[in-house]
Amino acid sequence: MDAANALVAFTNYVLLPGATYGAQLALGALGATLIYGIMRFSNFAHGDTMAFGTMATILVTWLLQSIGISFGPLPTALIALPVGIIATATFVLATDRLVYRHYRRNKVPSIILVMVSLGVMFVMNGVVRMIIGVDDRQFADGARFVFTAAQFKTWTGLAEPIALRVSQVISLIAAVVVVAWLYWFLEKTRTGKSMRAFSDNENLALLSGINPERVVAITWILAAALATIAGVLYGLDKSFRPFTYFQLLLPIFAAAVVGGLGNPLGAIAGGFVVAFSEVAVTYSFRKVATYLLPDDWQPDGLLQLLTTDYKVAVSFSVLVLVLLFKPSGLFKGKAA
Amino acid sequence: MKKFLLVSASLLVLATAAKAEDVKIGIEMGFTGPIETLTPPMAQAAELVIKEVNDSGLFLDGAKVTAVRADETCIDAGAATAAAERLITGDKVAGIIGPSCSGAATAVLTNVAVPNGIVLISPSATSPALSTLEDKGLFFRTAPSDAREGEVLAQIMRDRGIKSVAISYTNNDYGKGVASSVQTAFEKLGGKVTLSAPHEDGKGDYSAEVGSLASAGGDALVIAGYADQGGAGIVQTVLDTGAFSKFAFPNGMWGASLVKRFGTQLDGAFGNLPGTDSPGAAKLMEMTEKAGIAGSATFVPETYDATALMLLAMQAAKSSASADYKSKIMDVANAPGEKIYPGELAKALQILKDGGDIDYVGASAVELIEPGESAGAFREQEIEGGAVKTVKFH
Repeated sequence: MDAANALVAFTNYVLLPGATYGAQLALGALGATLIYGIMRFSNFAHGDTMAFGTMATILVTWLLQSIGISFGPLPTALIALPVGIIATATFVLATDRLVYRHYRRNKVPSIILVMVSLGVMFVMNGVVRMIIGVDDRQFADGARFVFTAAQFKTWTGLAEPIALRVSQVISLIAAVVVVAWLYWFLEKTRTGKSMRAFSDNENLALLSGINPERVVAITWILAAALATIAGVLYGLDKSFRPFTYFQLLLPIFAAAVVGGLGNPLGAIAGGFVVAFSEVAVTYSFRKVATYLLPDDWQPDGLLQLLTTDYKVAVSFSVLVLVLLFKPSGLFKGKAA
Repeated sequence: MKKFLLVSASLLVLATAAKAEDVKIGIEMGFTGPIETLTPPMAQAAELVIKEVNDSGLFLDGAKVTAVRADETCIDAGAATAAAERLITGDKVAGIIGPSCSGAATAVLTNVAVPNGIVLISPSATSPALSTLEDKGLFFRTAPSDAREGEVLAQIMRDRGIKSVAISYTNNDYGKGVASSVQTAFEKLGGKVTLSAPHEDGKGDYSAEVGSLASAGGDALVIAGYADQGGAGIVQTVLDTGAFSKFAFPNGMWGASLVKRFGTQLDGAFGNLPGTDSPGAAKLMEMTEKAGIAGSATFVPETYDATALMLLAMQAAKSSASADYKSKIMDVANAPGEKIYPGELAKALQILKDGGDIDYVGASAVELIEPGESAGAFREQEIEGGAVKTVKFH
């Protein structure tokens, strides 16, 4: 029974939150890494693309809610999601047309594109704040829990609870589905193959008749879709606030770089590495130890490697370590 | 020529007489800077007291009080010091209401008030650091120190039979101050603090923070944060994981957004925030409304009380010299004596003139504790059925 309690406590406070946060980061990092893979620049506006997509989805959700449409136990935002993706894709394609294309045609070095994306970031930042405001928004409806902590305790009779949220389940399923689909798309379809060809060797791809503008447009659409999905899942799980999304940029890039910039598989792994390193290294193992150790070995301290103040430092230490020993990331990325 | 001499001589007598009776009070507040929106009604409240006292004609044998405003800027200690120096050496004020911000109050107190021996009564400086500053008995404040909030919360938790708590605080001066005062006071009362750890505002994910708080355990979780910031994130994660079933909230967490967002999930959560059920507050509202002042604005009651205390102390000491009346401030503010509410200053002046005792209650139920600061009135609240309910007042 004690071992079960220890396992349950660990699952509730480390495994589940880490996996959910990891899945959300992974989806965000996938979008950033795709753009890097094809266009060879780090898109700083990615966090705000997430915010824009979430905002569009929230607006549609409110509209649906006001005319009385709901999705049963699932959040209404899932119905609104496709519209949010279309709105975001349109917005980023327009940005590409107005801003990035000019620089791409002039074949500027990638550092200039990074700076351009920084400018785009500030503009998107402002647009989102102008439309929906700076406040915290809750848009999750339907059931919040698959089962609550109290229910779990009654069922199992254990002292420690596990609560499973609908948004956690959706995040994990969505991450698996999206990653599987993306893998299939890049590996099996003609468009996916042309994208990989373009990413591997731009000149050779151009010689084989691949239309670069089409590849770029599809990349933007995919990145917008991934950003919107990641943003909406994140917002459903926690809450939506433009500033928080802007701050998500750092862990997302840490995830993409740890995994290997430009490598989709790496982005997934990176997302989970960053999430688990934040949650697990700063977790206090006292509760787990109390259940596992005999009575006279009970710990007095918190059995915590680092206090939670350092959780951001942890993910960046992982980043530095990976870059020191494997500069192209855990999975071979495009960055040398 | 004779007539002229007579007239000028009598004018001179009148002028010197007027000068002798004139008591000047400095009102030094942040009229520009970060709290410039708060200070205008505060200064008006101070001037309302002065008008009330002048109208009574009972102050120090019919002396007139005048107000001199000065700008402390809130953030520029140099400007605050210069303005206070001008008030004291130029305008020869008998005391200063202000400064309104803690930083400016510290600078003015150490650089100007103590060397010149002039009394300061701040209506709004709340930094705990001001409690320990060497002030030669010259500094008073009618707003409670931030530390009081934590002490009162610790007492409420003990009264509710809570034996151990974990504390999560927002990583700034306010959060740290409240967390450490809760911890000190709670441990003094025999309670146990299992962990006191900070959280950053505006972050997305708080699983790690809640994980370690849950591991430390406790009967309740104290969140010294903000209702629309990281505090709400911590609450959300705690509710999601079932880590704690009881919350204790200091002032910063009592935002309307919190109850709206979590509703009945927070049932049983309790805490405190500044507030009073004293009839004085309602009375002042009425008076300010009549005078066209924004009476519901922050620190207006405290400013009214600060000014009233200063003038009543002068009356009690029968002198407007700081050295004489500084020791009387605590006397007029606290029991024993006749209770005095806003609008009753004439009555108070009369009692003091006749050598009686008063217990000034005022608009903010002011009770001064050592070293010359308001004990503060706090409202204990609880969430029940998704709505906030007042339990009692402390």
